[in-house]
Amino acid sequence: MNKNEKAGYDRREFLLGSTAIAGATAAGALLPSGTALAQQGKLKVGLMLPYTGTFAQLGVAITNGFKLAIEEHGGKFGGREIEYVTVDDESNPAKAPENVNKLVQRDKVDVVIGTVHSGVVMGMAKVLKESGTLWINPNGGAGAMTGAACAPNFFRTSFSNWQTTHALGKVLKARGHKNAVFITWKYAAGEEMMEGFKEGFEKEGGKLTKELYVPFPQVEFQALLTEIASIKPDAVVAFFAGGGAAKFLKDYQAAGLKGKIPLYGSGFLTDGVLEAVGDAGEGVETTLHYADGLDTKKDKAFRLAYAKTFKLQPDVYAVQGYDAGQLLAAGLAAVKGNVSDKVGVIKAMEAAKIDSPRGTWTLSKAHNPVQDMYLRKVVGKENKVQGVAWKALADPARGCKA
Amino acid sequence: MDFAFFLIQLLNGLQYGLLLFLVASGLTLVFGIMGIINLAHGSFYMVGAYLAWSLSSMTGSLTVAILLAIPLTVILGMGLERLLFRHLYQRDHLYQVLLTYGLILVFEELRSLIWGDDVHGVAVPALLNASIPLTENLSYPVYRLAISGVCLLLAAGLYFLIQKTRLGMMIRAGASNRDMVQSLGIDIKLIYTLVFALGIALAAFAGMINAPLSSVFPNMGGQVLIICFVVVVIGGIGSVKGAMAASLIIGLAETFGQVLVPEVAGMIVYVLMAIVLVWRPEGLFGRS
Repeated sequence: MNKNEKAGYDRREFLLGSTAIAGATAAGALLPSGTALAQQGKLKVGLMLPYTGTFAQLGVAITNGFKLAIEEHGGKFGGREIEYVTVDDESNPAKAPENVNKLVQRDKVDVVIGTVHSGVVMGMAKVLKESGTLWINPNGGAGAMTGAACAPNFFRTSFSNWQTTHALGKVLKARGHKNAVFITWKYAAGEEMMEGFKEGFEKEGGKLTKELYVPFPQVEFQALLTEIASIKPDAVVAFFAGGGAAKFLKDYQAAGLKGKIPLYGSGFLTDGVLEAVGDAGEGVETTLHYADGLDTKKDKAFRLAYAKTFKLQPDVYAVQGYDAGQLLAAGLAAVKGNVSDKVGVIKAMEAAKIDSPRGTWTLSKAHNPVQDMYLRKVVGKENKVQGVAWKALADPARGCKA
Repeated sequence: MDFAFFLIQLLNGLQYGLLLFLVASGLTLVFGIMGIINLAHGSFYMVGAYLAWSLSSMTGSLTVAILLAIPLTVILGMGLERLLFRHLYQRDHLYQVLLTYGLILVFEELRSLIWGDDVHGVAVPALLNASIPLTENLSYPVYRLAISGVCLLLAAGLYFLIQKTRLGMMIRAGASNRDMVQSLGIDIKLIYTLVFALGIALAAFAGMINAPLSSVFPNMGGQVLIICFVVVVIGGIGSVKGAMAASLIIGLAETFGQVLVPEVAGMIVYVLMAIVLVWRPEGLFGRS
């Protein structure tokens, strides 16, 4: 009896005590932050990227780039060490809200980095707009993220789909092409790239004769290549990626169109597929925010450091991940690691001038990079830079009210 | 569209249809005749393509690579039948779906471990690496025509095997009444193993000879899987003739759909399937 009473008492005491502790912690969280305690903790970075599936390599390149940036800052951002929480988003839009919720609700990360697939990006946007968590997107080019769905806590270090083709209008005009045909997959990214090109080309007085769409992710192009041959445009502009891009380049050559009707494209058409296509890519000109042979001091240093650290050659995705790290570093340095001063972090990131391997860039009002778009030409296995197609190109950020 | 281009599109449609038949022929056998729902069909297609790529880069010849790869895939098919599929013939279709879905994941992961996640190209054999000019700026790759020829041969061979040979007779008998065939003293287990292995080898072979056209890339099997099921369903379960007819219809519908009604091109095939299912649920050439 006595024993029981004692045990009961102990339990009550214990419960009381723990409630008090919980209360104290809660109160601590409510206090204006910036106390020594908050600063000593590690900064929680949530990496939500594809580590399996078609885009696995892109996820790895982005992660590597990001980690390289941290390493160059001595492993710390704003004086705080970094703790990673990693989620494989599997490039599955259906799982996007659940995955990002894990990071925000369960792990309570300070900043989310992600992701590659545009559909997943839009799934993340919904959740992160509500939670207000700091978010840096190192790839997915969905226009809406820095357009209709934009928010003060949303940042992108890559590109908008619109940007990757907009500068081509000028290029085609300079080559004397008066009309062109655009061919791509019928899905959001393809349509946004088509719009970007159309706007740029029409501004230069060019005419987009026809928009050709292949159902996504089909790779049977023969019917539309025949269509192109019958239209006989001055030029063809294309966007496909990965296996689809490789097949398109080969089919374009096999159909005898290569050399007769010049082919242009968004840079992704010829990125990462040149090993696979033999000479089918040779001479194809594209625009993108990164290229081979930039030959700047920063790019050389980055390439060397990346190759040394990861025993891999960096690509555009690695650059985007690296810049995500640089942007975050700039934001946190300004508030000395006190990430709860969100206004301060955002302000500093907005004002940051990022010294990137791709060249210096800043953020637009909607938080998308204002950057030079390079004209590149496939020479051998490289996308050799030919010059700047558009200096400091900014996404129009249509519909962004934030 | 003038008449010349109409003819070229017709050729495109037929050629694409034959390609579909090639890819779906293995599924016609395994799903149509043995009644196994093999969701991993696309994975075997992918395995074939990756084998063609890795063996051809080792040996320098696609022909040699295919000759080496076919026995490998037959062995793979027999092994899988012995180890896994054999135990599921008497079970509900749901078990087969679960098993073969699991196999998709296993093969994708193995592919990633063994061959990586890069996109690779396979060179067209030098002998067939030419194009026939059709108009002033369009020509037709000889390799595509060669594949069409192979598809026709394969279709004839399959039809002959199933309809005209003793083995084919036993296969058909086994499909309609397994127990009866067994009690007549025919080794039905062996026949099933052979048919299954043939189905797997056909899927892999399709991947191999298609590799120079399609390139080799992760998840390539997923793209062909659905269209294969559409072919088998439209054509009628268990009918090689039906699969051929369905492939050609789909090839033509897709080709002209993309050109004439590009807005809805993505769904034409599925609308077609829905119509066939309403009008003839057993498929065009299926037994009701």
